[in-house]
Amino acid sequence: MGIARTTYKVNPGLYCVGTPSEDSPVLVTANYKLSFDTLRFNLQGEDLWILVVDTRGINVWCAAGKGTFSADEIARQVKQANLDRIVTHRKLILPQLAAVGVASHELKRKCGFKAVYGPIRAQDLSEYMKRNNQADESMRSVTFSLGERLILTPVELVLTWKVVLSITLISLVSSGIVPGGYSLEALWGRGLFAIGATMAALLAGALVTPVLLPLIPGRQFWFKGALVGFLMGLAYQFLFLAEAHFPERLGILLWVTTASSYLAMNFTGATPYTSLSGVEQEMRKGLPFQMIGAGLSVVFWIAAPFLQ
Amino acid sequence: MKTFRYIDGAAVLRLDVEACIGCGICVTVCPHRIFELPNSRAEIVDYNACMECGACATNCPTEAIFVNSDDGCGCAALIIDRWISKVIGKPVSSCSC
Ligand code: SF4
Ligand code: SF4
Repeated sequence: MGIARTTYKVNPGLYCVGTPSEDSPVLVTANYKLSFDTLRFNLQGEDLWILVVDTRGINVWCAAGKGTFSADEIARQVKQANLDRIVTHRKLILPQLAAVGVASHELKRKCGFKAVYGPIRAQDLSEYMKRNNQADESMRSVTFSLGERLILTPVELVLTWKVVLSITLISLVSSGIVPGGYSLEALWGRGLFAIGATMAALLAGALVTPVLLPLIPGRQFWFKGALVGFLMGLAYQFLFLAEAHFPERLGILLWVTTASSYLAMNFTGATPYTSLSGVEQEMRKGLPFQMIGAGLSVVFWIAAPFLQ
Repeated sequence: MKTFRYIDGAAVLRLDVEACIGCGICVTVCPHRIFELPNSRAEIVDYNACMECGACATNCPTEAIFVNSDDGCGCAALIIDRWISKVIGKPVSSCSC
C-alpha cells in the first residue's frame, strides 16, 4: 500500500501528552499515523512522553516483522531526542507486539534505557500503568475480533485491484468468442456475467470468509474460501444464470469457488495466528486445487458457446 | 485466541531448556501465551498455537529458542513470489502489507 505508507506518517521524535515531567513514563510507538492517533486518544488525561520511531509509516507489528522497529532504531531516536537529559529515569515502555523486532536485552547496552513491554492494545495502557506496569493475561493475548477482521478486508481489496482489473478485462474480451467469429453482443451479454462472477468471488473470499472466519468449518484458509465460494457460486447461478446451459454454469461455479479459495488463502497474511510454516503447508494443497479449478473454469467458459 | 486454531504440528518452534536461564521474557512477549515458567525454567504449554512471529526468539538473551520466522510475513502472494524466485532466480519483490 504505497499510498497509505506516505500519507499516514508522523514525524519521528519526542511528543508530549498532557504536561509531562522528568519522572513521567516514556512510551514508544511506530510512526504509523493510525497507531499514533489511537495511542494519543487512549492516553487522554495522562501526562507522559511518546517517542515515535521511524518505521517508514507502517504499523508496529508489520514494522517489527520487517526489522524497521528495532533496538537500533529506538536507540537512534533516544539519542536524537536527548532523552537522557529530558527524563531522569531510564525506562521505555514498548508495545508488546514490537517484541517481534526489538531485542529488549540489547537496548540497554545501545542507549542506556531499559525496555519493558506494555500491553498489546493501546486501550489497556492506562490500566497497565495504574497497576504499576503489570499486564494480565488478557492484555498480553492477541485477539482477532470481528472489528479487527473487518478493518483488514479493504486492505485485501486494495492489494488485489490490479489483478481483479486485468481478470475483468480478459474475461470480458474472451466472452465475445462465439462459433464463427467474434460477437459484441456476446461480449456484453456473457461478459457481464463473467465480471459478476469475479465480483461474487471477491465478496466470498475477501469479505464473507474473513468476517465469518471462526464459523466456517475447517482450519485451512484455501478450504474455507472454497466452501464459501462454492455456496456463493451456487447462489450467483441461481439468481442470474438460471437460464444458462450446463458448461457455462459449471465454468462460473468453478471460477467463483477457486478464486474465492485463493483470496481467502491470501488472508493468512493478515491474521495474527497463522504460522508461515502452516501457510506453506496449506498452499501445497490449495494452489494445485486453485490452478486446476481455474484452468477448467476458463475452458468451460470459452467452450460453452461451441457446445450449444 | 482459543476461538482461532491453525494447522496442528505445522509451526517450527524449539526450546533448549538447558540454555534457559529463566528470565521469563518469552512468557511476557508471546501474543499466544505459549510459554510458562514452572520451576524457573521456560516450558512450551501450547505448541500448536504458535504463529512463528519470532518475538520469543528475538528477546531470549541466551538464544534458547528457535523459531522459523523467515521475515515475519506469511501472505500467500509473497510465498508464491519466493517459490518462483527460487525456480527462476529472480529477486523477491518486497511484501506490500
Ligand atoms: S514465535 Fe511468537 S507465537 Fe510462537 S512462541 Fe514465540 S512469541 Fe509465541
Ligand atoms: S527468554 Fe530464554 S532464557 Fe528467558 S525464560 Fe525464555 S527461554 Fe529462558
